[in-house]
Amino acid sequence: MTAGAISSDKEPVICVDSLTMAYGAHVIQKDLSFSVNRGDIFVVMGGSGCGKSTLLLHMIGLIQPAAGHISYGGRDLWAAEAEEKQKLLRRFGVLFQSGALFSSLTLAENVALPLNEFTSLSKREVASIVSYKLALVGLAGFESYYPSEISGGMQKRAGLARAMAMDPEILYFDEPSAGLDPISARLLDDLIQSLRDALGATIVIVTHELASIFAIGTNSIFLDPESKTVIARGNPNDLLSTSKDPRVLRFLTRDHSASSRSTGGFPT
Amino acid sequence: MRPSITSAASDLNFPTWKLIDEGTDRPRLVLSGDWAVSAKVHTDSAEIINRLRQIRSTGRLLIEDGGISRWDTLLLATLLEISQVASGQKLALDVSSLPEGVRSLFSLATAVPSSTDAHHDPVRRGYLAELGEAVIRFWIDAKYFNRFLGEAALSLAAFIRGRARYRRVDLWIQIQECGPSAVPIVTMISLLVGLILAFVGAVQLSLFGAELYIADLVALGMTREMGALMTAIIMSGRSGAAFAAQIGTMNVNMEVSALKVMGFSPVDFLVLPRLIALILVMPFLGLYSDLLGIVGGALVGVAFFDIPPSQFVMRTSEAVDLTDFFIGLFKCSLFGVLIALSGCMRGVQCGRTASAVGDAATSAVVTSIVLIVAADSIVTLICNRLDL
Repeated sequence: MTAGAISSDKEPVICVDSLTMAYGAHVIQKDLSFSVNRGDIFVVMGGSGCGKSTLLLHMIGLIQPAAGHISYGGRDLWAAEAEEKQKLLRRFGVLFQSGALFSSLTLAENVALPLNEFTSLSKREVASIVSYKLALVGLAGFESYYPSEISGGMQKRAGLARAMAMDPEILYFDEPSAGLDPISARLLDDLIQSLRDALGATIVIVTHELASIFAIGTNSIFLDPESKTVIARGNPNDLLSTSKDPRVLRFLTRDHSASSRSTGGFPT
Repeated sequence: MRPSITSAASDLNFPTWKLIDEGTDRPRLVLSGDWAVSAKVHTDSAEIINRLRQIRSTGRLLIEDGGISRWDTLLLATLLEISQVASGQKLALDVSSLPEGVRSLFSLATAVPSSTDAHHDPVRRGYLAELGEAVIRFWIDAKYFNRFLGEAALSLAAFIRGRARYRRVDLWIQIQECGPSAVPIVTMISLLVGLILAFVGAVQLSLFGAELYIADLVALGMTREMGALMTAIIMSGRSGAAFAAQIGTMNVNMEVSALKVMGFSPVDFLVLPRLIALILVMPFLGLYSDLLGIVGGALVGVAFFDIPPSQFVMRTSEAVDLTDFFIGLFKCSLFGVLIALSGCMRGVQCGRTASAVGDAATSAVVTSIVLIVAADSIVTLICNRLDL
């Protein structure tokens, strides 16, 4: 990984080429083409149920595309041989929506798992890396806790520490702020941004949290459930000021044009 | 219109309604009294609906507040029902004279029109269709089991070559869980099965004075058949169900996905330690079960049928030879494989809901018991053909 300044030339790290996602005969999204550049904070947005989490599952190699290609640095994830796919997988880390920590392992064991299995570091070195990663996400001292003993926000941060364990060049986040209070969500956003700045990592976030989208997104695509494809792309702030598409504007301004609803209540 | 009750307390405000000017194109429905769930008397809205259906005009129906004292969800539910009838009769609804709160909740409830394609009734299928689907499901399951067996075999081969990626400590935990922790229940069940075998056999054998052969019956029965079978059934309930529930919960929590993304093979990481643990532990448990069963039989023989202990021991050692033990032990390991595979397979197949985990545990036990009994009959048949 290149530490320090982000390289200024726009070189695509992830390329998605005419991807079609389907469960059986039911097509979720089709003809998705986009690329993510090094150092981007790339936001995949869209309303609930438009398939953005499914897109993430495709990009990280958990669901096979019905058609199209996903490639990292020019190498197709799904065409790769087992050995090469392993290498490609190791280029990114994923923070799942629930954190997906291994509940039978402590936080330290969770973070140490890939280090123990994929490197030849000594026990002591692994332990010190684990402490560093946990400290990075503000969980110093929680090494021996089990996931069930800490709060949801802490689980998410621990999940991030695990995702970063192998110093991946790409980090995926699935709804990072879901279930967090506004302040924790903001702190997580700041953390994501400083990770990008300090490590030069590329970040892909699947979210519908407007505050996060505008605060940290540098590029984005907007998935639409009706037309089943990308209907807008670009910097979210630019989209807000230039987009003419009512579907995008409705989403970005939280303005449901149907009617302004007054809130009623029962008499007491 | 008063609801039909015989005695009314004075503090009750009956929910009442009146439909006036029915013939004109401006009919009015006047509501008054308590329109609340908590009120002591309710009025039947079906009557209102019936009267509304008789209106022939297509003008505007005015709902009037004729002194509504209390209202809650009940009033709104009635209003929504009325609005659906009215819209079916092309009758516009005017609620402007109702209390402010009622109006705003009513407009919330009617803001998004009722979706016509959202209603779907559960499809009822005929018996034949159900049967056909069950057969197809069984076929799919069988193919999946086959694939799973193949993956597990590859993983086992990788383990033997020392190339499987799993946590060694997981293997020890599983051995502990499947082995020593299961000893008490195996003790109890095996002892009792030995007792039962002896009693059932003794009743028949004593008819022609051959009680001594209880020893043969129990020893052969336990070593060749019952020791392995009972241990396997205990373990499928104990460990098979636990495997399915553990892996299923990991599935629900996306832990299995996380493993895959991190570059681990879930078969190596989750299935392999459980499989090896059962293969290693089952023969020991089976041997222990054989011993306990024979002890149980001996208790019955000595205590109830006056067989001298030395005689019992002698008959036992004459009745069984090493082949019988090895057949039992082979069965144990085979059953161990079946239990581990069906438990882990059901866990991996598990859906992402809480009830799916329960279903996975149940079907793990059912699958493994079916497989165990089927495999047992095949092995017994083969042994019979080979004169073992």
